[in-house]
Amino acid sequence: MANPILIQSPDQLEFTTFTQKLRELMQSGYTLLHCFGSDEGLMYALLGKSGDVQLLCSTFPPGKEYSALTVDFPAFSMYERSLYEDYGIRAWGHPQLKVLKAFTDDHADHNDYNFLASESPALHEVGVGPVHAGVIEPGHFRFICRGEIVEHLEIKLGYQHRGVERLMLKGDIRTKNCLAESIAGDTSIGHALAWCLVLEGLAGTKAAGFHTRMIALELERIAMHLSVLSALSADVAYIMGQNMFAALRTTVINSSLAICGSRFGKRWLTPGGVNYSISKAQADTLSKTMEEVRIQVTDCCEALFNSSSVLSRFDDTGILKIQDALALGLTGITAKSSGIFTDARMDYPLSDEISFTALCENSGDVWARAHLRYREIIQSLDLVSRNLERLDPSAQLCVALEDFAPDSIACGIVEGYRGRIVHLCKTDPAGKPLWYKILDPSFTNWQALALVMRNGQISDFPICNKSFDLSYSGSDL
Amino acid sequence: MFELIKARLRHGYQAIPNPLQAQINPAFPGCPFLAADADLPALAALCPTGAFSEKGLDLGKCTFCGACQRKYPEMIDFKPDFRLASDSREALYIAPGTQYQARFASPNTKLFQRSFALRNVSAGGCNACELELGASTNVNFDMGRYGIEIVASPRHADALILTGPISRSMAEALAETWKAIPAPKCLILCGCCAISGGVFAPSVQLDRSFLAHWPASIYIPGCPTHPLSIVHAIHSFMGAK
Repeated sequence: MANPILIQSPDQLEFTTFTQKLRELMQSGYTLLHCFGSDEGLMYALLGKSGDVQLLCSTFPPGKEYSALTVDFPAFSMYERSLYEDYGIRAWGHPQLKVLKAFTDDHADHNDYNFLASESPALHEVGVGPVHAGVIEPGHFRFICRGEIVEHLEIKLGYQHRGVERLMLKGDIRTKNCLAESIAGDTSIGHALAWCLVLEGLAGTKAAGFHTRMIALELERIAMHLSVLSALSADVAYIMGQNMFAALRTTVINSSLAICGSRFGKRWLTPGGVNYSISKAQADTLSKTMEEVRIQVTDCCEALFNSSSVLSRFDDTGILKIQDALALGLTGITAKSSGIFTDARMDYPLSDEISFTALCENSGDVWARAHLRYREIIQSLDLVSRNLERLDPSAQLCVALEDFAPDSIACGIVEGYRGRIVHLCKTDPAGKPLWYKILDPSFTNWQALALVMRNGQISDFPICNKSFDLSYSGSDL
Repeated sequence: MFELIKARLRHGYQAIPNPLQAQINPAFPGCPFLAADADLPALAALCPTGAFSEKGLDLGKCTFCGACQRKYPEMIDFKPDFRLASDSREALYIAPGTQYQARFASPNTKLFQRSFALRNVSAGGCNACELELGASTNVNFDMGRYGIEIVASPRHADALILTGPISRSMAEALAETWKAIPAPKCLILCGCCAISGGVFAPSVQLDRSFLAHWPASIYIPGCPTHPLSIVHAIHSFMGAK
């Protein structure tokens, strides 16, 4: 199956047929990839199962009410909240049908948000954010605690909402490189690649520079995993790890800068190919640098994962059970660390040229998420060198895009360093983009953080949060 | 224990000896030169953030995406110079025929010469400027050597360093944080989004009214800002000898 996927606009089903089909697909092992409404008054659900992708479409339910799919399939939870907020569709029976961004079109009032509360004198509440103590993005966390123990955590985001999906449609969508790279700046390459795939899918263009793109994507993964390992080390007062991983990340992102001019790989990709290729000399330098990074990462991680003080904090902290991760349809490091064998590079490959098998851990704790990052760094270093070998420095940088197919929907799926990124775009009968939809893995994965905090120590919150390392801007859009 | 010593020995010394004079990779797009005969309308047509006007190039809007340079390398050239910041908004405009140069017209009073504490507020920032600001404190760039530190509480801060275009839902939190910083205090705009709204400028989901009330003391262009640009900017502002 090809990725990007081009789909003729699907038939509009009756709402009852739509939900019935959804239930059948979910029961036969399909994964929910995205579910959203559009201004046309339609609801869409994108599902996938080992190579097969299904897009279902329906009109809004009569009276904008129906009984929640979340009850049987918790994976719909966040999407049904989003449908409620954006289009006023009520999913009855949803355990938590509240807005996500606390927003109406002309007014933002976070003070009206209805947090879960308890009047029990044995419990107290702790509120954190939106401005945090460190240099991170804004979000609000509300804990209900019994002494030091967290009974419940509610995560309230929306502070980062910039209206990205609507901005995509202002002006020519082919010139939105900078916007795509800023959906979540730490995943510039992941989101830019998904955006490129969608446009190439609509245009029916086979892009140039495949191997350069894969190198960019893996460099981003290596750099950001190192960033998380550095932050995790800092949170358990393992200062040597904090400094060494941060310096290694500098080495990796400076390698991106040497090629495209940006440490985050901004401006590297473009629809139809890449803006900057990797010359023979650059490839040799990159190859040598990555070899040194491999040795040092291995040394540093051997030290980290053999330190008893680190292990006593990582082990058994913040355990995410596999059944919860499966039910909520989580992806990326979050899911793989709990034993779910999933990875967009394997499930929806961009090419058959380089085989790929996902890595997993079983314990679902902070240790698993940290250790999986270590193994993925090594795996990504392998992928970089395999792509470097196949690099053709004389190849064309970029091919021009054809006109967009009319009345079609294109979908691009990319495994960013956090997990599965999905972008979709629909064109009208004239081939003009009608809507653009973005899904960052953080949108659903935030639920994992709230789950693992239950019955945990409130003082474990920072390392649990870091171990998932989720995006605020990617979630709020 | 021995693993750690082994790793540390291999790792070596990572600090950049003098970040103010560091050599940066020639691929880095920094201070631009705009040719005297540059075809401004043609450049403007390529620019995703409308940084070109009849006045020239506005570095406060530029995302350094390179679209103009790739198409018209003879008209505009981004030199590998990270000294991008200035202390006034006007200084960020580059007229045709000029080479951009960082400008700190009036180095700050003696207030912050040896110690400068920053409190970051990310207001719709995409986490790229935030990561670069964090990186400014790491072992490589280590701006702590100049007495510049990032503090957890606004009560301990001398300056608010803003990243992001100011999303509507962060406007209140930003104003509250600013209020909580004791005077004398200053405002630093870090990155294209903070200075001009950047790619998000046309969005109705921004509320930039805060900036109409409080003038900024430092403008650091970039998308994201390079840590060397950040260190240079703040150090220049402090006016340390």
